[in-house]
Amino acid sequence: MARVRFGGIVRQACLEYVPDAAPGDYVLVHVGFAISRVDAEEAARTYAVLEELDQLTELNAPEITP
Amino acid sequence: MKYVDEYRNKHLAESIVREIRRIQTRPWVIMEVCGGQTHSIVKYGIDQLLPEGIELVHGPGCPVCVTSLEMIDKAHAIARRPDVIFCSFGDMLRVPGSEGDLFAVKSQGGDVRIVYSPLDCLTIARQNPKKRVVFFAIGFETTAPANAMLVWRAKKQGLGNVSVLVSHVLVPPAIASILQSPQNRVQAFLGPGHVCAVMGYREYEPIAERFRVPIVITGFEPIDLLQGVLMTVRQLEEGRAVVENEYARVLAREGNRAAQKLIFNVFEIADRKWRGVGSIPKSGYRLRYEFREHDAERLFEVASIDTQEPSICISGQILKGIRKPHHCPAFGTECTPQHPLGATMVSAEGACAAYYAYGRHLVNAEAV
Repeated sequence: MARVRFGGIVRQACLEYVPDAAPGDYVLVHVGFAISRVDAEEAARTYAVLEELDQLTELNAPEITP
Repeated sequence: MKYVDEYRNKHLAESIVREIRRIQTRPWVIMEVCGGQTHSIVKYGIDQLLPEGIELVHGPGCPVCVTSLEMIDKAHAIARRPDVIFCSFGDMLRVPGSEGDLFAVKSQGGDVRIVYSPLDCLTIARQNPKKRVVFFAIGFETTAPANAMLVWRAKKQGLGNVSVLVSHVLVPPAIASILQSPQNRVQAFLGPGHVCAVMGYREYEPIAERFRVPIVITGFEPIDLLQGVLMTVRQLEEGRAVVENEYARVLAREGNRAAQKLIFNVFEIADRKWRGVGSIPKSGYRLRYEFREHDAERLFEVASIDTQEPSICISGQILKGIRKPHHCPAFGTECTPQHPLGATMVSAEGACAAYYAYGRHLVNAEAV
């Protein structure tokens, strides 16, 4: 069992299904069980791709002529 | 909070919507399968942000909503017994059975308790050795690892006074059943992120191929949902139909092997009846024979039950994505979260309850 902080609340969670989890990791908890460890690199990569999309769309926006 | 705030970025949301608008050439109907996604979509108004012609319909992914009336009535019959402590997740307590709900059973003297985790039942059983502790093991694949662990540990620890009333349901057979219906309008799916965190998404690949539907496994934050819609629309516009993973920070194709192993040690696949939908072959779990001593359905003789649904409730059609909550004459009038007629109005994951919580009944009343 481990202590997991959900925003402000701390509750116990069973880590038996995420044996690699270490203190400080982010885990997905459902009914008292961690079912997945959030992949920090993947989260950063996805977000970077999304932000890129943001910029590309800006570039695609029609030019507004005064 | 990390991994939450950045997935609620308004500026990014707007640019994803612009990208959807840019690539979309015709109307599309997309179903989000999971009740958690339905709640998020209605809460953040994701469906209203989308360009006209992209319609989101809400699927059968609310575990509380699809638990069959027979099973609810069985739960009530067991919970009424004086020798039983009946444990459940909180949102099952207000689900209407043929006669009242679990709160009514509790007020009539039944020992009904809400637990945070199924494992709490082990402690309760140890503290009450003369009582029979029964857990209402409902849910989709997401909840199965927790419920399986309860049964596994109860057997291992020799806690003979712990049993479970199993009513587990599975997502892939439900998707296949929706696609086989002659009334089906759904052209693509946002797949259930948390279910796939456990099971992975290999079993969705033959469905995408057989029915030619894109399935994008999607998370629950606004940016996840919009990105899921964008990936789905892109496939639809390009004429592709494969499984893609929007929620890669949480899950991979194989899912959680350790959880799957315990699930299949404890459960086996069985036919299951879904409330409002009917029986779907091989769409649920039941306990394996080795765990029969912890099977509440075997332990408690529950006489054949005569179930009764309110005739006005259209939750069955809502769960199949055929109609929406505001199409129901009782929605927001006779039927409210305080006095639900059907299960879709009970759970926060139910489409009716979500529409009601975020004031959709007011908007739609004006629009009618």
